[in-house]
Amino acid sequence: MNVPADLKYTKDHEWARVEGAVAVVGITEYAQSQLGDVVYIELPKVGDVISRGDVIGTIEAVKTVADIYSPLSGEIVAVNAALKDASELVNKDPFGEGWITNIKLADPAELNTLLEPSDYEKLIS
Amino acid sequence: MHFIPNTSETEREILATLGVDSFNDLIANIPERYRKLCSIDLPPVLSEIEIARTVGALAAKNANSDTQASFLGGGSYDHFIPAAVDFLISRSEFYTAYTPYQPEVSQGTLQAIYEYQSQICHLTDLDVANASLYDGATALAEAAIMANAITNRNKFLVSPLINPLARQVLGTYLKARNLEMVDLPEKNGRTDFADLSEKIDEQTAAVLVQSPNFLGIIEDLNGIAETVHAKNALLAISVDPISLAILKTPGELGADVAVAEGQPLGIHQTFGGPYLGIFTARRQFIRNIPGRIVGQTVDVDGKRGYVLVLQTREQHIRREKATSNICTNEGLMALAATIYLALMGKTGLRKVAELCLNNSHYLAQKIAGLPGYSLPFAGQPFFKEFVIKTPRPVREIAQATLTEGFLSGVDLGHYRPEWENLMLIAVTEKRSQQEIDAFFKILAKF
Repeated sequence: MNVPADLKYTKDHEWARVEGAVAVVGITEYAQSQLGDVVYIELPKVGDVISRGDVIGTIEAVKTVADIYSPLSGEIVAVNAALKDASELVNKDPFGEGWITNIKLADPAELNTLLEPSDYEKLIS
Repeated sequence: MHFIPNTSETEREILATLGVDSFNDLIANIPERYRKLCSIDLPPVLSEIEIARTVGALAAKNANSDTQASFLGGGSYDHFIPAAVDFLISRSEFYTAYTPYQPEVSQGTLQAIYEYQSQICHLTDLDVANASLYDGATALAEAAIMANAITNRNKFLVSPLINPLARQVLGTYLKARNLEMVDLPEKNGRTDFADLSEKIDEQTAAVLVQSPNFLGIIEDLNGIAETVHAKNALLAISVDPISLAILKTPGELGADVAVAEGQPLGIHQTFGGPYLGIFTARRQFIRNIPGRIVGQTVDVDGKRGYVLVLQTREQHIRREKATSNICTNEGLMALAATIYLALMGKTGLRKVAELCLNNSHYLAQKIAGLPGYSLPFAGQPFFKEFVIKTPRPVREIAQATLTEGFLSGVDLGHYRPEWENLMLIAVTEKRSQQEIDAFFKILAKF
């Protein structure tokens, strides 16, 4: 299972990549493999102010529905609009084109609470 | 106390396990005076024939729209119901209020609901209808809850002229969720939408209004949707489904959600229920719609089939996080509405609506010229109901008309002190000119 080394993770299977003041957030390859074919994604709204652990959206697969939890606190500054018509991007490229949202960090220190790739790998093995 | 088929031995075992000697010991902490209710002295047992006679005689004392010519409305109406409606819904293939637990094996039921949804969408000019809710009042409350989920806002601007009973239900739902209900002002029998834009703040989820309103008056909703949408709030309209045959539809008015009490569509008044909650919305809100939706698809062989959609996601998987936990619908009543609408057709429904309009205006005009009476909201447009001011208490007039074979209108004094001596009269397509004239003659005696 692919667990890129440059990302941080949560035990709920989200990933975050920090680019300056903003974190790009998505769900992991493990998460998409467990969900199966994703048919719909409910995205957060740009401008929403959220806390770490808040539900920021839902992912609907053929057989189940899962909540997306925010790995970090801050403000939603962008969402991946391409997912509205092509939710399968989450299956095909979860760490790339299947990204979900951008969060402007309220507290960069929160990054230390996230899992390192090695810890996440242990979690899913 | 033998409502449960336990043998006396089983009963003894249960009592022993519970550590009490008798049933009365078990309920010892219920006050004596309530316990007495458990041993009411009943008359001797009657035979089936005797019971049928006794109960039949009691039932015959009820005045209802079969025994009297009814001018009662206020949310429940005496419209014509073709005999085919009752005949068809009583067929054993259909005769259940529920969608079956394995819905896909009941293709006929699903197809009927699918057709119901399609008809309701045509009637309201909105994109999606659910498989129905309990009644118009809960449909209104669900509209508010949906608006809260969509906008993430907590306040509702509510017309004071929505049916007071529906407003109570709405209040109950909102209170339990800590959502706020703020009344809009009213003016001469209509909701006053002046300054609406200023009243909608960043916490306002939706504006809720009923048209025709509780007093029968058609609200002026032109441009309201634009005002509401400019503030990123939603507009929900509660309607009379029959009126949509001739009035502007919620879709044309730009509403986001439309709800209705579906009773006028082929459903008997039956002393208050079961009725039918109609719920429709714009397509973009489909994932927030409460209840069930039936969809049309094709099976592996490419044959047409019907399935329940969204219900699995909401009620089986998301459970406590679901948009709504309404897990049933008024399937049989929705079927009655479907058959009614199919029998009436576009032209028939328009005819019904026009007759309601003509009959009610005919009676209103006559009463306007009657000494002692007046129309307090004269000049306001109405569909099938209107308000009259009576020279004597409404109750007295109601009593007099009852003995002559009529059910007169609703006593509005029940709802507001300032509505004392106001009667709300409904005139449907069922009222003949003879009946209307005879009713008028009784009014003229006061």
